[in-house]
Amino acid sequence: MILGVDFPPLSHVVNWPEFVGDDTWGINKVVLIYFIAAILTMMIFILGNKKQLVPTGAQNLAEVAVEFVEDGIVMETIGPKGLKYTPLLISFFFFIFFCNIFEIVPVIQMPATARIALPLVLSLIAYVIYHGSGVKEHGPFGYIKHALIVPGLPFALHFLVVPIEFISKFLVQPFSHTVRLFANLLAGHILLVTFATLSSALWALGPGLVILPLPALAVVAFTAFELLVSVLQAYVFTLLAGVYIGAAISHEH
Amino acid sequence: MSLSVLAQEAAAAGIDNKGLAALTYGLGAIGPGIGIGYLVGQSVQAMARQPEAAGMVRTTMFLGIAFVEALALIGFVVFFLAQ
Repeated sequence: MILGVDFPPLSHVVNWPEFVGDDTWGINKVVLIYFIAAILTMMIFILGNKKQLVPTGAQNLAEVAVEFVEDGIVMETIGPKGLKYTPLLISFFFFIFFCNIFEIVPVIQMPATARIALPLVLSLIAYVIYHGSGVKEHGPFGYIKHALIVPGLPFALHFLVVPIEFISKFLVQPFSHTVRLFANLLAGHILLVTFATLSSALWALGPGLVILPLPALAVVAFTAFELLVSVLQAYVFTLLAGVYIGAAISHEH
Repeated sequence: MSLSVLAQEAAAAGIDNKGLAALTYGLGAIGPGIGIGYLVGQSVQAMARQPEAAGMVRTTMFLGIAFVEALALIGFVVFFLAQ
């Protein structure tokens, strides 16, 4: 009987009915999470923008975040001239983190990044910014040369390397940037749904059965694991945005 | 030919694609599994040998994990497309 538990189809796990409006302009749970995450991110910028000597509350969090992004991401990947990108990377980090963390907030329990629209838009924003800053740094033709031509290769090898560099830098890079965030969060959400479905099926069979430790404890354990994943994926997305910016504006050739 | 077209043709021919898709994802996860294991193991070794370089090693480790993991995650998405 337990083996007969049906996993809900994927559309039931990630699609939500609209509260207001119709298909394209409707507002459903995911859109509400976007708004909440955007407001929370703005609040960190507004409330954190105090200049007390002894920081309290939001200023504390904002200072830790600035220090973490500057030392851990910007200085490691871009260098000192990348410091002007710190606000961008901080807003990436917090917006993605808040969108992710709703995966384990009770009652809501839906990561907004498990719909591909949000990771796609964010990685396209990053795409425009890193190629744009590369063009600004090197000039349009200089940037194409900088991006596609690997220095120090024999002449004939360029016919092989330039197409590979083009495909990897201009096509695969934004795709993998998107899919990394999207698929991680979708996988985590499906994992939680699987064990929650199993627990509730056992509960329906008889409340005593829920003390069967596996599914119920697995939900708790995976919730803790998803907290880690939420932070880590926000960090990885931001780190990669930093790496791509750094590669676009570097001068080492 | 796109994956969804392949999936439709398989469905029309009466082939159950689910098990095959799951098996393919399992095969696709082998490589990244080995890769991440090796990568993290070597990073831990590096951090243990040179604790003062731990910050730099950690950043590079996460970067490497992100690149390796992308392969497994693309396999995960292909699993849903092919299913």
